[in-house]
Amino acid sequence: MIFDYIEIFILTFCEQLITKEEGLVLYEDMILGRFFEDMCAQMYYRGKMFGFVHLYNGQEAVSTGFIKFLKKEDYVVSTYRDHVHALSKGVPAREVMSELFGKATGCCRGQGGSMHMFSKQHNLLGGFAFIGEGIPVATGAAFSSKYRREVLKEPGADEVTLAFFGDGTCNNGQFYECLNMAALWKLPIVFVVENNLWAIGMSHLRATSDPQIWKKGPAFGMPGIHVDGMDVLKVREVAKEAIERARRGEGPTLVECETYRFRGHSLADPDELRDPESVSSLAAEKAHYAGRDPITALKKYLFDNKLASEQELKAIDKKIEELLDEAVEFADESPLPPRSQLLENVFADPKGFGIGPDGKYRCEDPKFTQGTAHV
Amino acid sequence: MATLFQGVGAVTPFSASSSLDSNKLLLPSRKSLSISDSRGSIFVYRSDALNLKAATRKQDLLIPNAVATKGETSTSAKSGHELLLFEALREGLEEEMERDPRVCVMGEDVGHYGGSYKVTKGLAEKYGDLRVLDTPIAENSFTGMGIGAAMTGLRPIVEGMNMGFLLLAFNQISNNCGMLHYTSGGQFTIPIVIRGPGGVGRQLGAEHSQRLESYFQSIPGIQMVACSTPYNAKGLMKAAIRSENPVILFEHVLLYNLKERIPDEEYVLSLEEAEMVRPGEHVTILTYSRMRYHVMQAAKTLVNKGYDPEVIDIRSLKPFDLYTIGCSVKKTHRVLIVEECMRTGGIGASLTAAITENFHDYLDAPIVCLSSQDVPTPYAGTLEEWTVVQPAQIVSAVEQLCQ
Repeated sequence: MIFDYIEIFILTFCEQLITKEEGLVLYEDMILGRFFEDMCAQMYYRGKMFGFVHLYNGQEAVSTGFIKFLKKEDYVVSTYRDHVHALSKGVPAREVMSELFGKATGCCRGQGGSMHMFSKQHNLLGGFAFIGEGIPVATGAAFSSKYRREVLKEPGADEVTLAFFGDGTCNNGQFYECLNMAALWKLPIVFVVENNLWAIGMSHLRATSDPQIWKKGPAFGMPGIHVDGMDVLKVREVAKEAIERARRGEGPTLVECETYRFRGHSLADPDELRDPESVSSLAAEKAHYAGRDPITALKKYLFDNKLASEQELKAIDKKIEELLDEAVEFADESPLPPRSQLLENVFADPKGFGIGPDGKYRCEDPKFTQGTAHV
Repeated sequence: MATLFQGVGAVTPFSASSSLDSNKLLLPSRKSLSISDSRGSIFVYRSDALNLKAATRKQDLLIPNAVATKGETSTSAKSGHELLLFEALREGLEEEMERDPRVCVMGEDVGHYGGSYKVTKGLAEKYGDLRVLDTPIAENSFTGMGIGAAMTGLRPIVEGMNMGFLLLAFNQISNNCGMLHYTSGGQFTIPIVIRGPGGVGRQLGAEHSQRLESYFQSIPGIQMVACSTPYNAKGLMKAAIRSENPVILFEHVLLYNLKERIPDEEYVLSLEEAEMVRPGEHVTILTYSRMRYHVMQAAKTLVNKGYDPEVIDIRSLKPFDLYTIGCSVKKTHRVLIVEECMRTGGIGASLTAAITENFHDYLDAPIVCLSSQDVPTPYAGTLEEWTVVQPAQIVSAVEQLCQ
């Protein structure tokens, strides 16, 4: 009996949730996400990028917590708030930045933009503008993985897919349809809900009959977990379990991460509803979450557990700043896509445009081919 | 292979005993990947699929001139095998599934039930429940799932139980299927085939009798084909599966029981080419799917009246085969389009615009387009009949055009 107590005592005292290396990796990834998004805002207001840009400030713990557990072959499917998912998955910051600037060196050759980040090399399946649209695609990637294992009998085909989406999406049909199919066929997928309580200006509580999203998992026969999305270590713990569960072939999991976005829905959103001057309760909400900044929390943990020193973290900060400066410079100097790129990539096989095997249009349509180079 | 040229066998929707010899009358000297000679009968594509062994073995057996010409009907009359259109689709599907293990089917009732039109009958027993996947009734999501699977290396075929149900999947088809190759900068290909029966049936009611080709027409990044005979159904099915582009294959509810003799050898048709059904001199009649049979019925009457119509089954709804059509227009100078699609914004409207833009100088008369009425298909048999174009209307249109 006494030995049990000693064992527990030793374990709790010595048990560290992460090692120093892991801690620094997590810190670097979150800092990269935060600084990148801040740089995006700067560049947007300087007129270097246009359109809808959705920033991830405040939610870094979810992206880092989950994606840093994945192998390179695992798939990630995201929404329009996808810059940080791309960075966490390994897409170089310079490629993401030049994609945002609309240059030809972007990860999608400038054809996708902020909301459509794709990378075949890093298995990032996008970036979707409509909410819920990526969830079936993620289900398909998970199906592919199961197919390869069971039909094609490929050894080691155990890729897991992570589908990230928000609280607003949890009222959308595609979400429920995919929860059903994933549970039915035990697909290796984890549904990660980034519940930041707001869908542009619609509060989650005003839009949902039962706001506890994690409860919807058991309704379809999968575990539903609620986790504090502002604490990267807690997210990591849950992520580990969910991803390993999927890898073993036991099926999907629904994880609801309670998180918050510090900025507005997009850079074009005046964010009046959460303005500190206006409604007092929402101002309190914003202040409350600002006090739970995931980066500050991780810093505190690293210092308290003597895993890193101030200088080490500052060195990482500086390294990331330099990386981003270089990324912006690269994006600035990259060429804009030429006109000849317009019709490329519409079809994988150019016969879809009526182009014959000799590379010319089978029937010269003057209106169609005017001014464009041969595909 | 269909050998007997019977010209204009009157074909009723539910059975066709005479076969329409489409391919032997194709225009010669077309630049294509065909291995045949100038009679241009069979188009064989060396696909870039991984497993070519089976294909090359079969290609050794291929006979370039399997299609008989007009005089040689007797010797090759018994080669090939007879089957119905849905069986031809199944044969094409099965051959492709055999050839490439990444080909899979998903849809409602495709597995254990065998498909509501029996196109996938027997495949689930042979290939298993995962390769022939019975999905729950969630068109948007399983189409999206097919797209995700296609992006990650599989070659899925999504079956819509009725083309109308694919309206529910329109989000995924328009946003993801057509777009993702482009927005990803060419990184991901989506070799998906979406197929299903559409068109006006026998009193199936408005929602099951939709003519939807035009709805999908404008989506950039997809190809559309419509099959009309067992021969081209099998060929187009195989071509669609082998294509790297997303393809929507339109079948017609009333054509599933058409019978025809098709070759035993493997063949793949071209997705972008039209089919010359009957060469002629006076007027070009462009049609596709079920209307082909109404046109051929009208052509019989027209021939008796002394006209010589040239009938082309356009097959490829997107992109149009403007080469074949153009050659024909340059010959006859008159065009009649007969289609089942809606009048407003239909395939015919689009085709009229394309022909006018490109071949305006060659036209002696304005293009006449006969399409079905802009009404939701009524239930009553008589009303339904008047919704679609009937042979009598085609005859009078040609007469008027050729005045």
